[in-house]
Amino acid sequence: MSIDSLIILIYVLVLASYLGFELIAKVPPTLHTPLMSGSNAISGITIVGALLACNELGYTTLSKWMGMIALVLATINVVGGYAVTDRMLKMFKK
Amino acid sequence: MNITIQLLYLFSSVLFIIGIKMMNKTKDARAGNLLSSVGMLIAIVATLMQIEVISMVEIFICILIGSLIGLYYAYKVEMTQIPEMVALFNGFGGLASVAVAISDYWFKSQISVANIDIIILVSIILSVFIGGITFTGSMVAFLKLNGRITGSPITFKGQHPLNLIMLISFILASVAIWMNPSDINFMIILVLISLVLGILTVIPIGGADMPVVISLLNSYSGMAACTTGFILNNNVLIVAGALVGASGIILTQIMCKAMNRSLVNVLLGGFGQTVAGEQAEGPSIVVKEVGVEEAAMLFDGASSVIVVPGYGMAVAQAQHVIRELMEQCEKRNISFKFAIHPVAGRMPGHMNVLLAEANISYDKLIEMDEINNEFSNTDLVFVVGANDVVNPAAQTNPQSPIFGMPILNAFKARTIIVSKRSMGKGYAGVENELFGYPNCLMLFGDAKQTIAKVVSEIKEL
Repeated sequence: MSIDSLIILIYVLVLASYLGFELIAKVPPTLHTPLMSGSNAISGITIVGALLACNELGYTTLSKWMGMIALVLATINVVGGYAVTDRMLKMFKK
Repeated sequence: MNITIQLLYLFSSVLFIIGIKMMNKTKDARAGNLLSSVGMLIAIVATLMQIEVISMVEIFICILIGSLIGLYYAYKVEMTQIPEMVALFNGFGGLASVAVAISDYWFKSQISVANIDIIILVSIILSVFIGGITFTGSMVAFLKLNGRITGSPITFKGQHPLNLIMLISFILASVAIWMNPSDINFMIILVLISLVLGILTVIPIGGADMPVVISLLNSYSGMAACTTGFILNNNVLIVAGALVGASGIILTQIMCKAMNRSLVNVLLGGFGQTVAGEQAEGPSIVVKEVGVEEAAMLFDGASSVIVVPGYGMAVAQAQHVIRELMEQCEKRNISFKFAIHPVAGRMPGHMNVLLAEANISYDKLIEMDEINNEFSNTDLVFVVGANDVVNPAAQTNPQSPIFGMPILNAFKARTIIVSKRSMGKGYAGVENELFGYPNCLMLFGDAKQTIAKVVSEIKEL
């Protein structure tokens, strides 16, 4: 990786973190549990990395096995996380 | 890289941001979560577009297995168990990051002959470190929360020096792998050290501090996703990871503030252990008991009631009978509200979910700062399964370990009824001064059963 692309990634990291702080500070305490399980589901974005790792074509090696393990785990995290958050938010009624 | 794929990643990042933004309002939150899940789906589709068709079968099977397990737990879990489930899923996310890092490392060091780029190598090492700690740390938190290992802090002599030695060894092994990238032994050492560090850093933290730990581990899982983004040179991972990292850090800060503890103090652990010993010598508190009939009369005679729920309410599954109590009171034009302390329950906002499950409208749940002035004008405060969050010692007794912690001013009400199983101490292991106050009455017994009796007594009045 070149230094240029590293700098761009760091830019994205810094700006997204700042945006995250601004947005999440405004979430009311009532919603902190769904926020946490919902953001937990978002952290399952590692699924993108897992899919790419499964793609080590032609080698039945450690790389591919690790990718498949990562894919199962990340899918549990994503699907379970979104589903349980939805289940909770459905109950919040006025 | 393909421009369509890149634009899809951008679109998915925007959906994550809008989804979180919509969590700012309770009525929009569900739609926000849905939008965020659409963002995830788009990111997955964009990734699948880059993958050879030949790998699709395994990928489909893995996704199917993961989805079934995820859905099964998501629909089976009780609302009281949400904290342990979040811990478990969090751990899976961390382990997934470690697996992706190892996969990439193995491919680059063993299969393609080219040298690993230093930036990629550092990202891989960080991913293993943060992901490994997230995994085992979350597993320990999970086991503590569901009671399979003791909730009290586990400490031993030389714990902190041991952690430091582990950390130094990790750095040394990192340098070694940089000098000799193809030596798999060093990678194994890195993985093992980070897994052990995750265990060592969470076992000394007591059950009462779990809301902080879960928040922090949530933040780590976001950071782990970020490091994966650096390995793969992928922006959507960095945006999503940074949002989660920020979310976890903010919740961690809120939890620490609500307990008047610094993060370092929480992480060093051992809280609640020494405390129990010191407190045992203090004078014991004389309490007054109240029966269900008398309690029912107190409710009937009040014009305003505030309920202070704690984790004990959830354990006793008393939230539904409390809703019945609320309905009876409201029939008699008694104002009925709930006071929610930020650290009530086992994770931030846990009480709100439990009360929402019992069909209690969320505008009746009032935050600590908003409701604290109302207690002095309140006839009756009903404390159910809460303890430390209403202990006046936090304001009056500088010797108390919880001194300085913000509390709900329940003691200012005209009468306080405390529903409690027995005279046990709170999670912090501290004696509660409130129970000895002249305006405080104890309603002993299982919360669900006693409150149900109170409700039927009120109905007869």
